[in-house]
Amino acid sequence: MSINPEQLRYSKEHEWVSAPADGVATVGITSHAADALGDVVFVQLPEVGATVTAGETCGELESTKSVSDLYSPVSGEVTETNQDVVDDPSLVNSAPFEGGWLFRVRVTDEAADLLSAAEYDVFIEG
Amino acid sequence: MSEPRRTALDALHRALGATMTDFAGWDMPLRYASEREEHQAVRTRAGLFDLSHMGEITVTGPQAGAALDHALVGHLSALAVGRARYTMICAPDGGILDDLIVYRLAEQEYLVVANASNAQTVLDALALRAAGFDAKVRDDREAYALLAVQGPQAPGILASLTDADLDGLKYYAGLPGTVAGVPALIARTGYTGEDGFELFVAPADAEPLWRAITEAGRPAGLVPCGLSCRDTLRLEAGMPLYGHELTAAVTPFDAGLGRVVKFDKPGDFVGREALTAAAARAEQTPPRTLVGLVAEGRRVPRAGYQVTDAAGAVIGEVTSGAPSPTLGVPIAMAYVDAAHAEPGTPGVAVDIRGSREPHRVVALPFYRRER
Repeated sequence: MSINPEQLRYSKEHEWVSAPADGVATVGITSHAADALGDVVFVQLPEVGATVTAGETCGELESTKSVSDLYSPVSGEVTETNQDVVDDPSLVNSAPFEGGWLFRVRVTDEAADLLSAAEYDVFIEG
Repeated sequence: MSEPRRTALDALHRALGATMTDFAGWDMPLRYASEREEHQAVRTRAGLFDLSHMGEITVTGPQAGAALDHALVGHLSALAVGRARYTMICAPDGGILDDLIVYRLAEQEYLVVANASNAQTVLDALALRAAGFDAKVRDDREAYALLAVQGPQAPGILASLTDADLDGLKYYAGLPGTVAGVPALIARTGYTGEDGFELFVAPADAEPLWRAITEAGRPAGLVPCGLSCRDTLRLEAGMPLYGHELTAAVTPFDAGLGRVVKFDKPGDFVGREALTAAAARAEQTPPRTLVGLVAEGRRVPRAGYQVTDAAGAVIGEVTSGAPSPTLGVPIAMAYVDAAHAEPGTPGVAVDIRGSREPHRVVALPFYRRER
């Protein structure tokens, strides 16, 4: 059974993006990515008002072992960042699909190769 | 790539849900759950490690001590039976081939423990260097599994499983005994900055011993621990890691560990001439110095990142870095030019992917346990 929520879509860089509500989508990283990183200790998120581009880096995640770039799965203007996760980065590990969300974007475009939950399951199996 | 080697505890690690990682050709547990919680468990309670990837080499014979005096930089023939010593094996040019712990098990028997990544190099060098002595060098890598119990609760946990005199067992000492019915070399050594023990046992005994320690340690809060927390524990304790602080390109004097080189021991030893020169050089013109760095910000200095002065000139390089679970901030060890090595030197920064992040120079270690 998949642990990746059905209603989300996924990038090959292991971000998830929600279906836009009033044009605004929420972005986070998957539990698969969080598990691979180990304990996340610092997240650097894009600024509110900044423009992010699908497939390009927009921040970084520091874990015990390594630092990883954060890629945006969609293009648009950042409307909100998750201050809770900035204050307590362990939310990325404990609740990657919920309280550990990272930022919200007013979507103008999205990556062409976003995956469904089922497709992402296959992608991470491989 | 050849198949990774697996320890006697491999199936158990997988059953525990460990995230495994390749380490020097071995498939080893990186962490079981949260590496930061594993780290804190060792600092405040106890942790259990599988370190069976370490390379054991036995040296025996009437001249075993003399052979090691010649092969290594330490004075091992002077080591008392039952005691252990931290030492190094150097190339003829003085470069460090590996750092080692040597246990004297008997008058004519020593156990040399090498890093997994260097075990073959050490074995080959020892065999070559012992050739002129009445001593035998034996590859015992397959003969031992190695478990470590580390943390303030380790003595109590182990005491419940053995009749051995643990109170009489000093730091850097080892004695043969029985733990949970299993014959073991019980050593009071570790790589975490905490009190604790390393248990060398037959591979077939590793799993029952692991289970017995897990059971005995449960009330004290012992948890299984992977290599990820071992790395942050040793970093906080300011302990060097081969391949990071120690390499064939540096001598023990360059690493600030010149004290391990014993020039006054009998006979010649490999590297003596080069190390004599290295000692004099270090005395006259101090080389880069191994220091601690504490980040002012939250981005983490990693191995290989450059250290800069206030003007942006490169003054050194980070050798190990991680977010410190105990201090709550990123820390690193780095080699920096002697002029910038004093604790509190102003203007020191680490180039973290293109941006200069301020760091404080501090004396090592970052963490010292209360005794």
